[in-house]
Amino acid sequence: MKLKGAYIAEMRPQDILMPVAAGLCCRPGGFHIDPVRPVERALITHGHSDHARPGHGAVLATQETLDMMRLRYGDDFARSTQVIGYGEQIRLGDVTASFHPAGHVLGSAQIAVTCKDRRIVASGDYKDARDPTCAPFELVPCDVFITEATFGLPVFRHGDAADQVQKLLASVRLFPERAHLVGAYSLGKAQRVIALLREAGYDAPIYLHGAMEKITTYYQERGIPLGELRPARGMKKAELAGTITLAPPSATSDVWTRRFPDPVTAFASGWMRVRARARQGGVELPLVISDHADWGGLTATIAATGAGEIWVTHGQEDALVHWCKTKGLAAQPLDLVGYGDEDEGEAAPAGETADEAEA
Amino acid sequence: MNRFAELLDRLAYEPGRNNKIKLLVAYFRETADPDRGYALAALTGALSFKHAKPGLIRDLITERADPVLFGLSYDYVGDLSETVALMWPKAVSAPNSESLLGHPSPQPSPTRGEGALPARSPDKAARLLRDTDIEREGRTSRSVPSPLVGEGQGEGYHTGGLDTELRPRTHNNPPPPTLTEVVTTLRTLGKTELPAQLARWLDELDETGRWALLKLVTGAMRIGISARLAKTAAAALGDKDAHEIELMWPGLSPPYLDLFAWLEGRGHKPVNRDPTPFRPVMLAHAIEDADFANLDAADFIAEWKWDGIRVQAVSGRDDRGNIHVRLYSRTGEDITGSFPDLVPSLHLPGAVDGELLVLRDGRVQTFNVLQQRLNRKIVSPKLIKDYPIHLRAYDLLGDDDNDLRELPFVERRARLEAFVTKLNDPRIDLSPTVPFTSWEQLTAARADPRSAGAGEDADAVEGVMLKRRDAVYLPGRPKGQWWKWKRDPHIIDAVLMYAQRGHGKRSSYYSDYTFGVWTNGDDGEQLVPVGKAYFGFTDEELLQIDRFVRRNTTEKFGPVRHVVHEPDQGLVLEVAFEGLQRSPRHKSGVAMRFPRISRLRWDKPPREADRLETLERMLKNVTAN
Repeated sequence: MKLKGAYIAEMRPQDILMPVAAGLCCRPGGFHIDPVRPVERALITHGHSDHARPGHGAVLATQETLDMMRLRYGDDFARSTQVIGYGEQIRLGDVTASFHPAGHVLGSAQIAVTCKDRRIVASGDYKDARDPTCAPFELVPCDVFITEATFGLPVFRHGDAADQVQKLLASVRLFPERAHLVGAYSLGKAQRVIALLREAGYDAPIYLHGAMEKITTYYQERGIPLGELRPARGMKKAELAGTITLAPPSATSDVWTRRFPDPVTAFASGWMRVRARARQGGVELPLVISDHADWGGLTATIAATGAGEIWVTHGQEDALVHWCKTKGLAAQPLDLVGYGDEDEGEAAPAGETADEAEA
Repeated sequence: MNRFAELLDRLAYEPGRNNKIKLLVAYFRETADPDRGYALAALTGALSFKHAKPGLIRDLITERADPVLFGLSYDYVGDLSETVALMWPKAVSAPNSESLLGHPSPQPSPTRGEGALPARSPDKAARLLRDTDIEREGRTSRSVPSPLVGEGQGEGYHTGGLDTELRPRTHNNPPPPTLTEVVTTLRTLGKTELPAQLARWLDELDETGRWALLKLVTGAMRIGISARLAKTAAAALGDKDAHEIELMWPGLSPPYLDLFAWLEGRGHKPVNRDPTPFRPVMLAHAIEDADFANLDAADFIAEWKWDGIRVQAVSGRDDRGNIHVRLYSRTGEDITGSFPDLVPSLHLPGAVDGELLVLRDGRVQTFNVLQQRLNRKIVSPKLIKDYPIHLRAYDLLGDDDNDLRELPFVERRARLEAFVTKLNDPRIDLSPTVPFTSWEQLTAARADPRSAGAGEDADAVEGVMLKRRDAVYLPGRPKGQWWKWKRDPHIIDAVLMYAQRGHGKRSSYYSDYTFGVWTNGDDGEQLVPVGKAYFGFTDEELLQIDRFVRRNTTEKFGPVRHVVHEPDQGLVLEVAFEGLQRSPRHKSGVAMRFPRISRLRWDKPPREADRLETLERMLKNVTAN
């Protein structure tokens, strides 16, 4: 199927949304979704830096996403902003847009774009698994579903995150003289791991790398209970024995770790299902906890939307496109660049200092 | 099986020896007999059953999964067992997977407007009930009822007692096999029954369990655990010494009920009725120059230190008088299978401590030659002919039924000489002593073994051994009894070129170094890498090098840093190594044996480091001999 074509009387999906260099562009609505370059009007799905970038004219997003952009980029990250709530509809040019929970991180949204009677859902990043720190994924029936494919291979089945937290706690019990360092993306994953630890009954103070403090405090301000949190900064080595500290993944192999007694390096990520990936990063305790849908989640969601056409972006597009076709769905990879960077950058800790390091 | 799998999984990621032991001890403590015994057997390589071929595993998965998806997944994961373990479909939900699209169309989401925290409603509880019935690990909570495939993320909204009551397996979910079931079944299973049995187990296990099962049945564990480490952990369970277990090990068999009973204080120490037990070996300390001042030459006997592998050759009679022979490595691993050609030579009951060497026309070959015979599972007649194996004896620990270990060395040596004479076998000879009356004399002999008695075999001499005449044979490394005095290592000055992060405790340090020497290449004078070293330096030196690497990185390639190495800018490392050989795999054409950093030459500009020609000259000297 070609995305560019001659004029046809009925509007085709690619006349409503199409990929351009700056990102996903909605011509009839006059906006871009998650643009990777500065644009006049941007609709942002969620606060991760590969989706939410500074420098746009007008930005429309959920309150949480706007707040996170403000925390990360400063007050003048865009010329103007507008808040939209889940389920709220807004008329933009010839289309109607609405935001729906994506279950990915706090404030994350899928964006439904409706033009006449045709609806396209750009899901952004999403997961259909339970997460105590954000609103659960909501299914939006549509004609065209744009799905991510970060974990678009049948080897990715994330399992129960609570079991992974039990694995962490068992390790803490087994090595009371060592510190446990849990690498987790600072927006979303870290707070989810903390919340899961609290649900598992762990009530000791949890320590934080400086790069996580601001965003975690924000989660608490939004009413998400995370228990007692302390900065790891300034702690004596011996005092950190038997404790759990969360840090950006890149920090767990950094000089920063030398302040901890014989640390056990854990990493909470969907990538941890693959041993080679875990070993590359020097991870000793891989925790399969992901904020993206796994293979089962992707395929089930695709099927449940009722969409007859699937566009697949960032990740393992080939396998998911293949799967869709075997199920009789029209599917194609959507050639978008610039996404997955936040995860990738942190998943491969090669950098010298932690991203956004403040400690 | 799942608990064993969890252990393997954890061990595979754990770099530290003590932590590995801790994980093993915890497993032995928490796991009941006979599972833990079979685990010990698996880890010590004591299990024997016919292994499944990779082709069989591949067939199993392609019968169950889309071959295109399998291919893409295998490309991504890179390991067959792991790929299959990860993508194995859940048996119970498999019939549903084809009907995804035929399902009723989705309803509007009921979750809209709910808060961030999970809500519990009767409606959800009802759905939970149904879903849990269908699939054990299944996804149980979605805003839309959906026939979800496989073991998704779906911990869903189970909370509270309802869930725990519902979770126990229904008739659709047979319990996963225990390790004992797997091991005992595999022992008796016919080849044709294997695929169906494997598939059944794969259906029943979780993914780590599947991974461990596949590793077990393909015989490719590779998780960095030696037999010795596993025994050490078992010993630690009962606060015993690993030597004691080594001693009784050949008499034990899986699942080691008597061993665990003894370790837990519930039973007597197992008696080794094995006719060919391993005796823990005695080891030597490296001697330092300063040590000689306190030692009297007259108290010692010297021998050549051979560059082969230490071996204990044990021969004994069973109850019926039949001779049995076993060869053990220095750690007590049974290596008899690799050297069937030596077995007939050990026709007298006794326990010989000696060095395994390859001899051609009566001449000892270098370690590189011997290496061709090591770790072989299949020993071909050609291998036996081309690499004739030989035992050079230097101690006798048992003579027939007599334990000689309490005798002084000088007496054991006399018994050994008599024993070797009586054996009268061309494959076994005596390691000669090196005569000396003063340390000066021994120093001279060590510097020139050729003219001090080693003759043609001098290339295979890597120094001298000093043994106290009155030393009894003690396991481990008792102080002051045996000394090894290695030949001086070769030394070169090389330039640090690349640095890589270490593992475990060293993961925040650049502790693996690639170094090079100068050569005249296509682009004029350039450095060519000649080796890699990751030890030899002190903790303080490690900090210094780490700092240097961080400040002088010119490029990064993943975990590897390109460190500045110009004629007048860079760090010179003094590298010590034991030997050199030609290697087509290295760009420089040479490979070092046992290289380590002996000093940091901050004082030396890189341009003054050694040249490749120097190494090539060393190589010529070695091969010309």
